[in-house]
Formats: sequence, structure tokens, C-alpha cells
Amino acid sequence: MNEPVLTEITLEDIESLAVGAWILGTGGGGSPYLGLLNLRRLYAEGYRVQLMSPLDLDDNDRVAVVSNMGAPLIGQERLADSRNIARAVEMQEEFGGFKFRAVMSVEIGGGNGTQALMAAVHLNIPVVDADCMGRAFPEAQMTSVAIGGLRPYPCTLYDPRGIEAIVTKVPSWKWMERASRKICVEMGSIASTSKAPRTGREVKDWGIHFTTTAAIRIGRLVREANRLHTDPIAALLESEGGKRLFTGKVVDVARRTTEGFLRGSVAIEGIDDDRGSRLELSFQNEWIVAWREGKAVAMSPDLICVLESVSGHAVGTETVRYGQRVTVVALPAPAVLTSPRGLEFVGPRAFGYDLDFRSVFEERAGAGV
Amino acid sequence: MRRIGIDVGGTNTDAVLLDGDKVVFAVKRPTTKDVTSGILDALKALRADPAARGPVDAVVIGTTHFINAVVQRRNLMKVAAIRIGMPASASLPPFCDWPHDLAEGVRGEIFMLEGGHDYDGRPIVPFDTAGMRAAARRIGDLGLRSVAVSSIFSPLDPSCELAARDILQDICPDVAVTLSHDLGRIGLLERENAALLNAVLHDLAVETVAAFRKATAESGIDAPLFLTQNDGTVMQAETAIAFPVMSFASGATNSMRGAAHLSGLEDALVVDVGGTTSDIGQLRHGFPREANAVVEIGGVRTLFRMPDLLSIGLGGGSHIDPASARVGPLSVGYRLTQDALVFGGAQLTATDIAVAAGLLDVGDRSRVASISKDMIAAALTDATRQLEENIDRMKTEAGDAPLIAVGGGAFLVPEKLAGVSQIIRVPFGDCANAVGAAIARVSGEVDQVFRDLTRDEAIAAALEIAERKAINAGADPRSLKTIEIEDMPIAYLPGNSLRVRVRVAGALNRIEASREVA
Repeated sequence: MNEPVLTEITLEDIESLAVGAWILGTGGGGSPYLGLLNLRRLYAEGYRVQLMSPLDLDDNDRVAVVSNMGAPLIGQERLADSRNIARAVEMQEEFGGFKFRAVMSVEIGGGNGTQALMAAVHLNIPVVDADCMGRAFPEAQMTSVAIGGLRPYPCTLYDPRGIEAIVTKVPSWKWMERASRKICVEMGSIASTSKAPRTGREVKDWGIHFTTTAAIRIGRLVREANRLHTDPIAALLESEGGKRLFTGKVVDVARRTTEGFLRGSVAIEGIDDDRGSRLELSFQNEWIVAWREGKAVAMSPDLICVLESVSGHAVGTETVRYGQRVTVVALPAPAVLTSPRGLEFVGPRAFGYDLDFRSVFEERAGAGV
Repeated sequence: MRRIGIDVGGTNTDAVLLDGDKVVFAVKRPTTKDVTSGILDALKALRADPAARGPVDAVVIGTTHFINAVVQRRNLMKVAAIRIGMPASASLPPFCDWPHDLAEGVRGEIFMLEGGHDYDGRPIVPFDTAGMRAAARRIGDLGLRSVAVSSIFSPLDPSCELAARDILQDICPDVAVTLSHDLGRIGLLERENAALLNAVLHDLAVETVAAFRKATAESGIDAPLFLTQNDGTVMQAETAIAFPVMSFASGATNSMRGAAHLSGLEDALVVDVGGTTSDIGQLRHGFPREANAVVEIGGVRTLFRMPDLLSIGLGGGSHIDPASARVGPLSVGYRLTQDALVFGGAQLTATDIAVAAGLLDVGDRSRVASISKDMIAAALTDATRQLEENIDRMKTEAGDAPLIAVGGGAFLVPEKLAGVSQIIRVPFGDCANAVGAAIARVSGEVDQVFRDLTRDEAIAAALEIAERKAINAGADPRSLKTIEIEDMPIAYLPGNSLRVRVRVAGALNRIEASREVA
């Protein structure tokens, strides 16, 4: 067995992670604030979390993949609880008859970005510096492990009333999404879940690596810029190789729910350099396509992030509001998502847009700027 | 209807008398440490004018007293916190996100009880009434006199909070009880925080409202007393005793509402130029547009609705940099009448520039005679640039919009600004706060999730609840107007769940007992 290098995640790192994960949430996944509060409290009680590289996993290690499933609005009343997420992981161990080596979040973006840390505190195992989205997406099959064709079951769901459920077998990731979603709704539309366990080999082959440290790095840049009154967005773009798409004011927000998703669009009217122009964003829980003068200028899986123009903090699809002053940026997607098979799961057609994926970043290279 | 509006600000206490829509008289007096004597001074000065005598129907006070108490950690009580919703939400107990010093000062005892509801009205688990009775006995034993009760999804179903109150009133009847659903919105921690802040202010609210009553009575006025709320509406003094947090940050709202009233414009930009900062906001239907963000009060996250304001460091007391002619953001603040050149001081301020330019006539003009024309022009250009940039940031529609300029430093607003169709200056503009208090209306608000209704049905149901609340708070039913409707579908919920937020407001019902000012 390898002797992995473990680095302790400091409370400062967690504060940064919360800011960075919210940005990587690309508008969805709920705010990481409650996870941050949990971890502040746990750290005050003396708990600590260790981070390990996915490359240090043994092929036969087991890795738990956790997420808090449900509507972010419900999460504002039934608050994220570190013991619940740990319990969902223990259910996997009891069902499978093994012990996990480490834990990771299904998605680093949004509130789920802190779930692995919360579980790790009680399980006394490290967090793997990886996830399965590199951002946030609305559905269970929109992951690198689904793209990799890995097994989608079993999935455990835990509700603190004492309801425990395991979906032991499904024919596909889409069926897992449907079956587990039904159970989640019965639990009050919020549930702590532990997805299909992964082996070390699978995480090395199909995990999206070093996303925890990416979220920490992004959050640290923004927090540092806020402290020094410098431009957080410029710092973010430089560090992450991102591109500024638009700066303006939100002038229209339209939301509707279909099939349980929050869908809609936001219109942003340009200020400063973008004066006289208008950007429209379509969303399905997360920002999916950005349109300028009717032309798609950015689309999933490139990360479209809407940030408060001054603070650089993320603006969510549930919190975006008329009159907000925002800057829209694009960050490059992990390679697995932009592969031909990746685009079948998370490209524009997966969200119902008849568009061929074209990366913002290819365009720039093509223009020879 | 004759109303007196009073704004108790950090520097000045302003008082105005309105007859119908018309300002009869306005006075400005320094705010005093005890607040009451400043109000008394202002009311005496108001009474000194013959036109300001006669019947008064209502006195409306806008005050920063309660928010200052929290910010400065003064006059706060120890309270008990009761959270109903276990076994959910167990890991983040009450006060978990409070600044340490504030929590230490006010945290009495925390009780976490089983109960609460899901979003669809199903109980999470049955309410632990035996545990609640034990908590009430313990609160009595500890001698805690104020309690905040919060229950999961209480804005949708307040029954656990109501049952908790009944038990408290039964076992320790003298304890003041704040129920979170009375304050609020969805978001357990923020709603609970609001309830806790309200509870810690209970004694101060009782004392302050009594002092306000005394000040008005000593001025010979025997009229109903109201306090203004954050959203530009009023509550009766009795309600203010029960809900002091509702008065937080009513100052900026009053100023914008006053600007609307004095100008007769309901949709316009407003700039309120003070000594240190300019606040820029936007009026829609006569009310300031509100910020959606979580608002921190003394470091505590709450969901009070505050006006969406852009505050920039530009005011009458702003320093002028002699090299760049840049105006602000440093300011002489309350020391303007000592530090500015025209008042014999040594600091070049925006006020000096305005005097030198002939925009203003205060102090000794000869002391600014040597300022070069270039310097004057450059400083005024910089002030104009700052206003134009930031006004543009606040505008939510393309095209030019009218701008109402109020506040003591409004002389810094030039006659023409890019993006502004017309600059409106109003008489009594420097007392816009007090005018806004005097004209404040009565509102009713609802924020709930509706299921299995069409969008129109859900909004109609919400409107009916909001209107009933407004009428109960003293609004004239015939004058009710809808201020805001927002509906938000909720992801991952069945049954077409729609969260609807509605706010209505109406004129104060004329109170029968209209009495003479002595």
C-alpha cells in the first residue's frame, strides 16, 4: 500500500473553499455557506480534515462519493448536518461489507463542495482532492464516472427522522437519478446521499483531479482581492485561464420549473465596455448557455460564472435579481467533459439546445488573439 | 390629515409637520445622546411656529436607535433560544453564526426540541410538548425574561411556534416571546437570527417607546405614535415594542420616500448627498428598490429587506486632493463647521469649492477667494464624474431618467448629468428623511410556498393574506396598493410548488381622536 501524503486542510482553506465552490457552482448547487458553518464549528471542537491526492490511492481502495441531494431552498430550513452525510457513507459500508479509504464530493461546485469534508470529520478518513464534475450539474448522470460508463449503484439516502434507503440496482445512471429523486422527495425533498462507491483505480481514471485545491485557490484569490481592494475578477481570470464575457446589469429574470428543475433566463444589459449590448443567459439550475445578439457565445460544459462585479462573489440562478451588477466569465471545462462522449452527457444537447459545442477558449485561439 | 414626521439621525434630529401632502414647517436640531431631549427640542422648535399648531393626527418617528444598540452592543438582554425541528438541523444551533462577543453577551440558554414541518406541511416529527414545558420551567428558573422561538418551515406552518408560545405564557407568563414566523422569511438561521435580535432588544424597545411617548406628550401632543419600518411603512408604537427589529435601517428608506413625496415622482433615481457620503437609489412606484442580499446587522446575518443603495464617498465635507482635485472619499464629517476653509479651518473641502464657485453661500467667502478657477472646475468635474458613473451603475433601464437630489450636500449635484433627463431639487429636501417618516404607509407582506394552484391562484391567495395583514396593522382598505409581487418556482419539488412573495401598502386609517396641539 502506498503511504499517501496527507495535507491538513486549514480553516482558512475552508473559508476559501466556500467562496471558490460557489463560483464553480456556475449558478447552481446552493451556497456552501451552511457547510462552512458546520466546518467552522467542527474545527472549533478540534476536528481536522486531511486532503490526499487521487494519485496516491491504491487501485483497490474504496472511495465514498457523497452529496446532499434536494432543493437548495429546503436546505435553508433543514440545514446541512455533517453527521447525516457521514451516516449515508456508513450505510454504504454496512451494505457492502467494506471500509472506505477516503471520501470525495460528487460535485465541487456549490453546497456539495463541502460535503466530503463534513463526512470525513466523523469518518476519520481523508478527502480525495477530486470530484466527478469539476463544477455543479443538475443530474446524477452528468458526471465523469457516468461518462466513463462506471456502475451507477448502489446509492444510499439518509433522512434524520430515521428513514434509510438504498437503491441497490438500476439499469442506468438516468434510472438512478429518477429512483433516488423519488425517495428524496418523500424524505422532504432533501436527503444525505452516498453514491455508488468507487475504487481507487476508477478515481484515478475517471475522477476530475485537484478540484478541491482549485476551489480553495479560486476562493483565496477572491478573498485576497477583496481585502486589498483589487479586482478579484481579473485575478481569477488570470489564474484560471478564464475569459470575461460581459459586464452589465440584470434587467430581466424569468424562472419556471419543469420536471423538477429550475429553468429560465436572465437578460443583462451592458455597462462600461459592453454598453449598448445585451447578454442573455439560459439556465437549468446552473448557467448553461450565454447568448449575445442571438448567437451562443458560451455553453456547457465550459463553466459560465456570474459574479458580483465588485466583490467577485458568485451569483446563483435562485438569487440573481433585477438590478444586480454582474460580470459574466467563462472558465475552461475539464477535458473529460468536452470529449465526444462527455458532450453526450453534459453538452448543450443534453440540456435541449440544438447547438454544436464550441468552446469559448477554442474561439479565442482560432481568432489568433 | 396633519402628521408630524421625526427623523432621529446620527447628527441631526429633523422634525416636519405635514398638512395633507404639504410641508407646513420643518426644523433641524442636534441629536442628543439620550435621543429623547433631541426630539423634545425639535418638537418645541416646531411648535414655536404658529402654523405648526393645531390638530395632529399622528406622530411618526424614524430611528436608528435599535440598530445602533446592536452594532454598539449596548442595552441588550440575555435571552433564551428555542429551536423546534429536531432531529433535522441539529448541527447548526442558534447563535452558531454570530460574532463571538455579541453571542457571549446575549446567549442565555439554548433549547433544541423535536418538531417542525416539511415544505409541504407534513410534520417532520410530532412537536415535543413535554420538552417544551420543561424548557419553559427552566427559563422561569433561570430568570430569563425574553425568548425567541423558531421552528422549521414556520412561515408555511406556524403551529409549533404558536404552541410553544402558549406553553410559555402558561408556565412563565411574564416572559416576552418573539416568534420567528412573525418576522419572516424562509431561511431558518436568518429568520431565527432576526427573532433573537428582536428578543435581545425587548427591554430597550419598552423603554424607548415610552421615552418617545413622553417626549411627544411633554410637547403637548396627544396623537397616536408610529415608528417607521425598513420598507418605508409604519407600525403602531405597540407593535414597535413587540418588533423593534422592524425599524432597522428605516433612515435611507425614509429619505427616498421623502424625495418621492416632495417631488411628486414615483419612478426616479434619488441621490441623497450628506456630509460624508452620497447614497444613490432608485424609486419604483414610490418605494426604494430593495436589495435581495442577506443583510448583516452588527455582524449577524438576517434577511431584512433593505433598500438597494450605492454609497460613495462624496459629500459636503469631502476632502479635495490639492494635486489631483479628486473629491473624497475622506471627509471631515461632523467637523465641517470647524475644519472647512470657509469656517476658518485648514482643510479644503467640497463645501469650500461650492462656496468658491458661487453654488453655496456659507461661512467666510473671502477665505476661498484664492482657489484657482482651474481647481474649482477640476473638482466639480470630478464630483460630476463620480455621480455619473455611479448613477449609471444603479440604473436598471436604458435611457435617461429623472434624478431627485436631496440632502444637505445636494449643491454638489450639477445642473446636468449624463444619463439623467432632469435634475429635480425640492423645497425641504434637506429634511427628506422626516418627510418620508411623516408620509409612511401601512403594509402587509407574505412569503409562502403554495402548491397545486395555478400561478394566478397562488398570487391571488398571497395578495389576500397580505391585504388582511395590512388592514390589521391599520391600513385603510380602500387605499391598498400592491407594491411588489415576486413568484419563484422551486426546483425539485412536486406539485408545481411556487414561492410567492407579495407586499401591499395603504394609507393610515384616519384615527378618530385627533387632538389640538397645546
